Parts: sequence; structure tokens; C-alpha cells
Amino acid sequence: MNELIGLIIITVGVVFDFFGVLGLLRLPDVYNRLQAATKCITLGTCGIMLGTFVMNGFTGLGIKALIAIPFIFFTAATGSHALARGAHKFGIKLWHKSVCDKYREKVTTDKGNK
Amino acid sequence: MEGIAMRYFVLFLFAFVMWLILTWPADWQHIIVGVIVSIIVMVLFGRLAVVGEVKMFDPKRWAWFIVYLVVFIWECIKANLDVAYRVIHPRMPIKPGIVKVKTNLKSDIARTFLANTITMTPGTLSVDVDGDELYIHWIYVRDETVEGATKYIVGRFERFLAKVFE
Repeated sequence: MNELIGLIIITVGVVFDFFGVLGLLRLPDVYNRLQAATKCITLGTCGIMLGTFVMNGFTGLGIKALIAIPFIFFTAATGSHALARGAHKFGIKLWHKSVCDKYREKVTTDKGNK
Repeated sequence: MEGIAMRYFVLFLFAFVMWLILTWPADWQHIIVGVIVSIIVMVLFGRLAVVGEVKMFDPKRWAWFIVYLVVFIWECIKANLDVAYRVIHPRMPIKPGIVKVKTNLKSDIARTFLANTITMTPGTLSVDVDGDELYIHWIYVRDETVEGATKYIVGRFERFLAKVFE
């Protein structure tokens, strides 16, 4: 029974991972792609980990899989934040159909004040 | 001074316990390597640890933290379905942009959690924090003004985080 539930969770995780990769390929600019990468791929990978835990229970492998989940969450969120900020500082433009960019307004006014 | 020593010690303990869980069952070789690695981590990152900013032994805060976790996981699943929908839709209904929001949270750790939560929830990704202003990349901008965006993005989590951390 545990085996079956674990396999179902792993399948759901792989499906989310697939959507994440599809997002990386289809979305237009680096910021939108980061969105797909952080959300879908984090939940997908966490699903795979959780499935592994359900299949193995409280063994060495299962516990390790369970502990990996919060680490993935924190590193994915922090890493995507660093990448987005770095990309913006480097001057990578938003997609041409983007509606607004408050951050650039702020950066230019900051420069003007100095 | 005592506070700083405590900070280093708690970080060491955390790293070491984490190591023990990861290498279980423990034997002498694991423990020795674990102590060495934990000391290295402690020396490198001790000054960055946030021990003491959080009042850890208050059960009410833990209860709110669990409420927050449930809300967070639910929003996270919604985020995934939302992004998946935009990705597989043939015309890709996206309207991206970077908006500015304001937060009332004061402590660094609460703001860190807020920024990470925003990154994990539907269509939003935090780009930069400047004092009490956060710059958020939004995959479908519903409201360009500061007040509107704040209501949509921050409002859902701020009250929980305020109860947990402040």
C-alpha cells in the first residue's frame, strides 16, 4: 500500500517537474523562467522526495529524503531571488510586453540622488 | 558577549545534529568528521546566525507557525497549478512586470520569511528588498499601484508572520 501511495506522489512530482521544464522553454524572459523554475521544479522535486519517504518509511533513506525538502525550499527561494536581482543589476531587460518595472524606476532615482 | 557565544554554540549544535541525522547510524568516524565540519561551519557563519531574534519557547508562536505552514503549502500547490496552467495554455496568458509592495514587518527574519514565501506563491518572485519596500516580479500584474499590489501579494501572509516572529 505504501509502495502504491509513494509511486503516485512520485508521479505527481515528475509531472510538475515536466511543467517546470516546459515553462523554462516556453516563457519569454529570464524572470518569467525563474518563476517556472522555482515553483514547479521545487514542488516536483519535493514530491519525489516525499514519495521516497512514503515508500521507505523511517529508514535512513526515508529520513534523508524528508530532511532534503526544507533545504530545497530555502535554497530554491533564495537562489532565485539572487539570480533575479543579479540579472536586473546586470541590465537584462524585461520582456517587451511587460507592463511595468518599478524596480528600474527606483534604481534610476537612486542614481539621480547620488 | 555571552549572546554572541550562545549564537555560535547554537549554530554548532544545529549543524552537528543535522549531520548526525543525515549519517545515522552514527559511529566514531562519522562523529569526528561531523564535529570538524560543524566547527568549520560555526567559524564561517556564526556571525550570521539569527539565534535570539526569535522567541523560541513560546507555544503560541509554534501554533501560529503551524497555521502558517498549512496556509503556505496550500498556496504553494495553487502556485504550481497556476504556473502549469499558464505554461500549457497555447497563448500563454502572462502579463509580467515588477511591482513595489510595502510591508509592516520589522525584524530581519520575518522579512526573510516573507520574501521567501512570496517567491513560492502564485506568480510572484521577490527581486530586491529595500527597507520596508519589496520589489516583486509578478507574472500576471493585476494592480500596478503600491497599495493594490500589497493587498494582493503581502496581505495573505503578513498577519501570520507577524504573530510568529514579532
